[in-house]
Amino acid sequence: MSKIEYTSLEGKSLAYFGLLGGLAFIMLLALVSVFYMEHEGHYVTGMTNQIVWGTPHVFAIFLIVAASGALNVASIASVFRKKIYEPMARLSALLAIALLTGGLIVLLLDLGRPDRLIVAMTYYNFKSIFAWNIILYTGFFAFVGVYLWTMMDHNVYKFKPYAGFSAFVWRLILTTGTGSIFGFLVARSAYDAALMAPMFIIMSFSFGLAIFLLVLMATYKWTGMELGDSVINRLRNLLGVFVASVLYFTAVYHLTNLYATQHHGVEKFLLMEGGVYTAIFWVGEVIIGGLIPLALIYAPGVKNCRKTLGLICTLVIIGGMAKIYTILIAGQAYPLEIFPGYEVSSSFYDGVVNSYTPSLPEIMLGLGGVALTLFIVAFALKVLRFLPTSLADSVVDPHAK
Amino acid sequence: MTDSTNKSAVDNSRRDFLSKAAVAGTITIAPGVLLHRTAQASASSGSHDGAVSSKNRWGMLIDTSKCANGCTACVDACNEENGLVGNGRPETDTQYIRKVTLKNKATGHETSLPLMCQHCETAPCADVCPTGASFVRADGIALVDKHICIGCRYCMMACPYKARSFVHESVQNQKLTAPRGKGTVESCTMCVTRVDNGGIPACVEACTEDNHNALMFGDLNDANSEISIALRERGGKQLRPDLALNTGVRYQGLNE
Repeated sequence: MSKIEYTSLEGKSLAYFGLLGGLAFIMLLALVSVFYMEHEGHYVTGMTNQIVWGTPHVFAIFLIVAASGALNVASIASVFRKKIYEPMARLSALLAIALLTGGLIVLLLDLGRPDRLIVAMTYYNFKSIFAWNIILYTGFFAFVGVYLWTMMDHNVYKFKPYAGFSAFVWRLILTTGTGSIFGFLVARSAYDAALMAPMFIIMSFSFGLAIFLLVLMATYKWTGMELGDSVINRLRNLLGVFVASVLYFTAVYHLTNLYATQHHGVEKFLLMEGGVYTAIFWVGEVIIGGLIPLALIYAPGVKNCRKTLGLICTLVIIGGMAKIYTILIAGQAYPLEIFPGYEVSSSFYDGVVNSYTPSLPEIMLGLGGVALTLFIVAFALKVLRFLPTSLADSVVDPHAK
Repeated sequence: MTDSTNKSAVDNSRRDFLSKAAVAGTITIAPGVLLHRTAQASASSGSHDGAVSSKNRWGMLIDTSKCANGCTACVDACNEENGLVGNGRPETDTQYIRKVTLKNKATGHETSLPLMCQHCETAPCADVCPTGASFVRADGIALVDKHICIGCRYCMMACPYKARSFVHESVQNQKLTAPRGKGTVESCTMCVTRVDNGGIPACVEACTEDNHNALMFGDLNDANSEISIALRERGGKQLRPDLALNTGVRYQGLNE
């Protein structure tokens, strides 16, 4: 591989400023939503005392999980020494930081008291996986930041393998922490499973790579720089493995539950009788997010088709959101089993499936997080040299074919 | 000499300024410090018996066979005691205690019971709380420190009894003994102020006044207390015993 030249976006075109302006507008709407929610109180959202985490959390968790996975490409280059991925490592790390920022902002702004951020940073209950996550997120910024520095500054270039390895290990721990937010919830039938942690890791691989591919293809298309099939097809095959792995983990999770009689209730709800949740699971998570992308990835006729790959990545992202929605919302919608063997009723919605309708402010807040992520990426690409001037096959993989 | 005279004049004025500033600072800060100390003292002391300690384990025993179907005396008393006023939005309005109706799927037998925070010894809410705002006092009462609750609601996800509510909107006319705050989580406090003053929770009082006597309050650590004797003689179940949380609230009559 010849020496890779990096460049930054010129960023003077109307389209570029239009993009930044559009993203800023979405962020503004998100801020207005936040002000409305915090001023009025959360009753104006779809969230209740039954469904305590809603759409903002779906977006936030999706972005945080994807952040860890977006670092994939960099990790494969630094940790597993695959040279072909090396030129894309900078973009990979940048996207990881941007996604985590977007996710965390959404999580923060949905708090009942976002003004108490300083409390969250200074009072720690070390038995809480949530508190650990705060440390893990902060550490992720630090590790990936240093990693980026070692990639971009020749004076510290020799430390890159160590920085890359540290970031890789840290992001595995981070996503273990994110999955364990649910895995450690002993009270709810849909959670309380050790499988949550590794499942979240494999989800991160899949969602993060799908987003990375979209950002990569869009950037190279808009800048007119060359992006060869060699790189793209490797990433495409990798995405196939990850999508299949997510399906596998989902299957194991449900099969394990189905084996235990005590979980038959929740499984019947999730897989058969949960109405909209069942539909989101089968149509959104399994078919749109799993089976169709898999079929398209391995379909021979569309191997080098960028549009198809764009569609595949979009489907994986939609399926990913559906998966988090199912885990998060359906998991809460199913009533707590406080009195096994009894039919239960009360003024506090005991024994009934809880309903939830996402509200506009919640959706806007979530989209604000996505907009912030993309804004950070677009802005950073202009101010620093993250992009290889060419990712043509002859540059990244001269021996291909 | 002129110089040194001037210098000493400057020094004096500086000294003067510093001493005045110190006095002003003390006057400004002292009441705050005193208030803080008072608050700490009142938080850590039972008014009659000194500090809260693990010598006591406050608990409740609920005899479901005495709990009248349709009676909401305990719920009404709780709402009154804690200033819980509904906003006509049942999905987001706070409920510390609720009446639950159970129908045994096998026998068809119906039971009515009050359900509230179970004041677990190893409370999942306290375990998961990132800031430590959710905590269990040494005497077994589970509380939320409203000053450091960030409103993340993870405790609500973790509670096996759905005992907690999030304050979804502004609260007016709060009771002095039951502070609340929009954007924070709250739940049954076992009427901690009453207990600290040697009293009993409002729900227990109301149930007794209505002659149902379905609720009993007392010290689980005192072998001679009424509640300990009743538990010893007639037993008492924990809800979700599989979770091994050692709840402070126990139920009788749940086997039918």
